[in-house]
Amino acid sequence: MRKSFRAGAALTVATAAMLATGCSAGSGAEPGPVELTYWAWAPELDKVVEVWNEENPDIQVTVQKQDGGDPAITKLLTAIKAGNGAPDLIQAEYQKIPTLVSSDALTDLAPVGAGDLAGNFADGVWSSVTLGGDSVYAVPQDSGPMMFFYREDIFNELGLTVPTTWDEYAETARAVRAADPTKFLGTFSANDAGWFTGLSQQAGASWWGIDGEAWTVGVDEEPTQKVAEFWGGLVEEGVIDNTPMYTPEWNAGLNDGSRIAWTGAVWGPGVLGGNAPDTAGLWKVAPLPQWDASTPATGNWGGSSTGVTTQSEHPEEALEFITWLNTDPEAVAALVETSGIYPADTASAASALSKAPGFFGNQPDFYDVAADIAKTVKPFTYGPNANVTYSAYNDEFAKAADARSQAAFVDAVAVMQKITVDDLEKAGFTVK
Amino acid sequence: MTTMLSLHSDERKLVPPLTGRRKSGGNGISHRASPIATAVLLLGAAYCLLPVLWVLVASTKSGAELFSTFTLLPSTHLFDNIAELSVYRGGLFWRWMLNTALYAGVGAIASTYVSALSGYVLAKFRFPGKGTVFAVLLMGVLVPGVILAIPQYLLMAQFELTNTYWSVLLPQIISPYGIYLARIYAAASVPDEVIEAARTEGAKELYIFNRIATPMMLPGLVTIFLFSFVGIWNNFMLPYIMLGDDKLFPITVGLHGLLNQGATVPALYTSVITGALLSILPLIAIFLLLQRYWRVDLAAGAVKA
Repeated sequence: MRKSFRAGAALTVATAAMLATGCSAGSGAEPGPVELTYWAWAPELDKVVEVWNEENPDIQVTVQKQDGGDPAITKLLTAIKAGNGAPDLIQAEYQKIPTLVSSDALTDLAPVGAGDLAGNFADGVWSSVTLGGDSVYAVPQDSGPMMFFYREDIFNELGLTVPTTWDEYAETARAVRAADPTKFLGTFSANDAGWFTGLSQQAGASWWGIDGEAWTVGVDEEPTQKVAEFWGGLVEEGVIDNTPMYTPEWNAGLNDGSRIAWTGAVWGPGVLGGNAPDTAGLWKVAPLPQWDASTPATGNWGGSSTGVTTQSEHPEEALEFITWLNTDPEAVAALVETSGIYPADTASAASALSKAPGFFGNQPDFYDVAADIAKTVKPFTYGPNANVTYSAYNDEFAKAADARSQAAFVDAVAVMQKITVDDLEKAGFTVK
Repeated sequence: MTTMLSLHSDERKLVPPLTGRRKSGGNGISHRASPIATAVLLLGAAYCLLPVLWVLVASTKSGAELFSTFTLLPSTHLFDNIAELSVYRGGLFWRWMLNTALYAGVGAIASTYVSALSGYVLAKFRFPGKGTVFAVLLMGVLVPGVILAIPQYLLMAQFELTNTYWSVLLPQIISPYGIYLARIYAAASVPDEVIEAARTEGAKELYIFNRIATPMMLPGLVTIFLFSFVGIWNNFMLPYIMLGDDKLFPITVGLHGLLNQGATVPALYTSVITGALLSILPLIAIFLLLQRYWRVDLAAGAVKA
């Protein structure tokens, strides 16, 4: 008898505790400091936010670390559909912004004064958070201009020069194979849609466009076809590899010197340093090979912004915080130092990026080179279904790379176009 | 992904010896080993154990050695790796271990109790709609938990419980499979006469269940506990969907996050591998500890996982 009473009591206590936690988790309107939650995946971002929290007792920000860009956005969209559970702030890659806007997940920050920030950023970057209109859906944090990384020691050993055009890149790729069949100049990665998008951007592509009330899709056009044809030719010829990046094999290749160059982006030192720490001081960076050497260009791979979700009750305080985080010289310096990002704010970037990253101690002018390259980023517009196009890239180019056929590469671009247009129409957008 | 595989293979590895013992035990089948059967079993064992061996060896390698030395050649960096893993974001890994222990420990105990109570009621009481309840339950056994994760998320969001410990604990307490097993155990191990006798003595129903039926069902309950413990320990989808704060993550979601830092950050392979190794140790320990409670006769007939 007593025993069962005790069990009942325990149950009651447990239920009460459950209800109590449920309530305290839900209510957010009590007096005191404004509390903001921030979903982000930039490494060690919480340490940068600590600086803000110490100086601003009235606006306290809690970083909840996420697993990279895709999962965080998927979770955010689920929470938006569910009606609650979204954070106040979200780290969003530029290609995700149109998707988030069309799902009504991001608050327009123009009414609370974000328009004043336009002058801090390069036009190309700013247009990707405004989508070309008067609204401001996020504040840019970092960008990822693409660059060419190469092993200086192996280039010297094999008597190679750094390719400045894509024709030279192809010649160099052949020369590497002729000199040492265990080595590759590069790989075509069917896993990294962002990488291919950046290369197409360099060639002059802009996959989406807004025409009045309608979207246009320009995947299957000359610039992207040219890029696909170029890489398809090299893969078919066998002078570059066809296995994806970011795999254990790829890492092994970076370590043992069988991958002697990489078309990466400005955040590359972190990746190279993390995967092949023993090769520190052996790499150098140069601009990407060019299609037209007289007008240097590059694309973006990666880069993200900070947005405020529609579920946040404090957009003004949130904007105050993200303005500080992404444009204040002290904060930007901390972002560079602690999180290792390449800041989008041009003025603060120049002052924060004086010293080359440790992995590139052999190239003291690393960030000068990067700044020159960053100026040549071509404009590019993302559409509301960039995720669909990206997964179409993964599917179609995986098959093409596997088949090692140039024709299949060109066909894959056409299929990407079709999948993108079909999906837009199915979602109810007008496509011209 | 190899690390994930190894977690599962480990779980499987620990079950077969029991069924094996049963076969060679009582029923008079010839004891001469067939070479083909032995070869097949050895292959199966190698299939299950190789990933574990790989994790064991790889966790002793430094980051640079991981991709550059021979796969099965051990190195000497195990403790460096554990130290490195322990300092990641201020010891977050150990927090994940504690979270998993909480989710799996509390969740499995609660789930076992609920299963036992429901199973006992289904086996020993007559009430209208019992057949329907049991049929719905059987259908529940057939629905994989993964499918329910998103509806459960939406439900939890209604109560504003997402991104809390409760969001992972509560859905795992109800286990149709556990209830189904408990019903079988209760029917087989608690004689109606005992219950009748207790009622005649004036015992209340809950008292009979707690003090008389539960001890009789104990070996079966250990099985349910182990199943649900391992199930929750290895569960990925539910916490992955429910949780946004990495301080609440269980080990599975935490390790997945270490591997998927995004393109701009190198994946922390050595930390993930070392973490995977550490995360299976408690599972092995709990199996070894509870193995003796696992009554072969009961489990063998009913358990077909």
